[in-house]
Amino acid sequence: MTRQLAPHPAAKPKRPPGRSAKVPKRRWTARTRRDFFVFLAMALPNLVLIAVFTYRPLFSNMYYSTLDWTLGSPTATVVGFANYVTFFSSNDAPKVLGTTAVFTLVTVGGSMVLGLLVALALNAKIRGTTFARSAVFAPYVLSGVGVGLVWLFIFDPGYGVLAWLLRGIGQQSPQWINDPQLSLVMVILVYVWKNLGYCAVVYLAGLQSLPQDVMEAASLDGANGFRRFTSISLPLLSPTTFFLLITTMLSSLQAFDLIRIMTPLGTGTSTLIYEAYLQAFGAYNRAGYSAAISVVLFAILLVITVLQLRFVERKVHYS
Amino acid sequence: MTSLSPVSPDPTAPAVAPEPGLHRDRPFSRRNLIRTVVGGYLPLLVATLVVFLPLLWMVLSSFKQSGEIVTTDLKILPESLNLENYRTAMTTVPFGQFFLNSTIVTLAGATIKVLLAILTAYALVFVRFPFRNFIFLLILVALMVPPQVSILPNFILIAGIGGKNTLWGIILPGLGTAFGTFLLRQHFRTLPASILESAEMDGAGHWRRLWQIVVPVSVPSIATVALVTIVTEWNDYIWPLIITDRPETMTLPVGLTLLQNNESNAAGWGVLMAGAVLVIVPILIIFAALQRYIVAGLTQGSVTG
Repeated sequence: MTRQLAPHPAAKPKRPPGRSAKVPKRRWTARTRRDFFVFLAMALPNLVLIAVFTYRPLFSNMYYSTLDWTLGSPTATVVGFANYVTFFSSNDAPKVLGTTAVFTLVTVGGSMVLGLLVALALNAKIRGTTFARSAVFAPYVLSGVGVGLVWLFIFDPGYGVLAWLLRGIGQQSPQWINDPQLSLVMVILVYVWKNLGYCAVVYLAGLQSLPQDVMEAASLDGANGFRRFTSISLPLLSPTTFFLLITTMLSSLQAFDLIRIMTPLGTGTSTLIYEAYLQAFGAYNRAGYSAAISVVLFAILLVITVLQLRFVERKVHYS
Repeated sequence: MTSLSPVSPDPTAPAVAPEPGLHRDRPFSRRNLIRTVVGGYLPLLVATLVVFLPLLWMVLSSFKQSGEIVTTDLKILPESLNLENYRTAMTTVPFGQFFLNSTIVTLAGATIKVLLAILTAYALVFVRFPFRNFIFLLILVALMVPPQVSILPNFILIAGIGGKNTLWGIILPGLGTAFGTFLLRQHFRTLPASILESAEMDGAGHWRRLWQIVVPVSVPSIATVALVTIVTEWNDYIWPLIITDRPETMTLPVGLTLLQNNESNAAGWGVLMAGAVLVIVPILIIFAALQRYIVAGLTQGSVTG
């Protein structure tokens, strides 16, 4: 599970007014000196860990990416941008970037559209919605490895449930594992299954915070349910949609567990993150090349994050 | 937290709102009943089944013998609650050891992370320090750095100091917690200043104020951070996968990969489903009992993959 910060539109921190002025400026007294050390004692361990294991790797990756270096070897040659040149001029780049783009766009689109539909169903005024909401959210918290194995069994062309259902209508099961394109379809389907509950719950929160007076007014003006949805709910939900677009895009770009367990060789499913893993920890141990791919991935993630911050600052609200 | 309250009474919800102009149906009229079932219950049922059937299939299959699985004639229920698959899973690979390792990594990792988050958040909110906001900004940025791009440098560092195939090597790189710090800081800022001021008057130092006032009134937020951390640590895969290659220190998800390699023929599906049950069910139980906190933590300014 990876986490990205993205201030949720409905989750602004409530702050009592005048709070920031709580601590008046004082001189370097015994008390401020004590506070200085108390702060360090409390915060320093965490800050050091974050610096060493989160910030340092970003710079190390950039340095490693300039090396021709086999993982485990004591020697490495500085090659400048050669790893990037190799990546972008070989067949790897179009293949890996293409797979990443397809995987990301389809999983993001799929989980958001289905998530919204499920959210609309959960928003109905009937009993059982609380239970259903928890149920659809559940796959999101489960181990990707466990979930991947369960679905691999369902997709099994010989003895899987899907093959049995297809036989029932006189069809033969496609070779999900051996066909690179079908492998990608399979992983995408399972990824959407695992993640759409997250979109559903966030969309449901958005739906429940829509201003009721506007909906009532539209209803009195004769707008039917569909019309109210397309003309009012959807536009008013745009901050939620934007939030989900960013967060799901970031997590799709980092999807690893399902791809690793369902298609270990990455045939047809090698996204940037998986290619970086395979190059360093697969058969080749090409540490420098892997680091270069990681830097490319990080650059993409950075662009998305910056876009998000800019938009959140401007507040994409309609009301 | 409006997002978490059960469905609020909503007079004009799009799904089942009465059409204006039409006469309002009586609550139990046939027309209304059909509309509620088709427009309300049916989608919910479908969504719930789509989630539950694969998991139910996993549990059922874990009790099936290979003869019941390697057959073109699908049997839905196992012939008996046979634990043979679980026994096989435990003996072909040291599954008991994996379970123990996962439990240690999860409990130790989560305990330390929650403690660090509480301490850092308290310091950021209540202790005076120069550049406090700048430090918070650095933590916010760290929250956006994906752990996946850090694995190679962290592997080189941890392997270099002898952390390969050790539990501390699995735990250490994930201990710094930007997520928990962020969530708790946001909560601590909402606490009324007066309760702390009166404690300060009484001569309570930071340490006592933290443990006797701030922590007791923040139990729900701390529980949220703790549960999200437990789930994340338990499911964590990519880091334990690369830092361990011996069964003695593997965690459950990694051990499941090992089991997958050993049981690669069709007869092994039952064993693999037993393994999947052992990984999935503990989290499913925790989620069922405490889902309110977990959903809150994961959907408030955060996500996963």
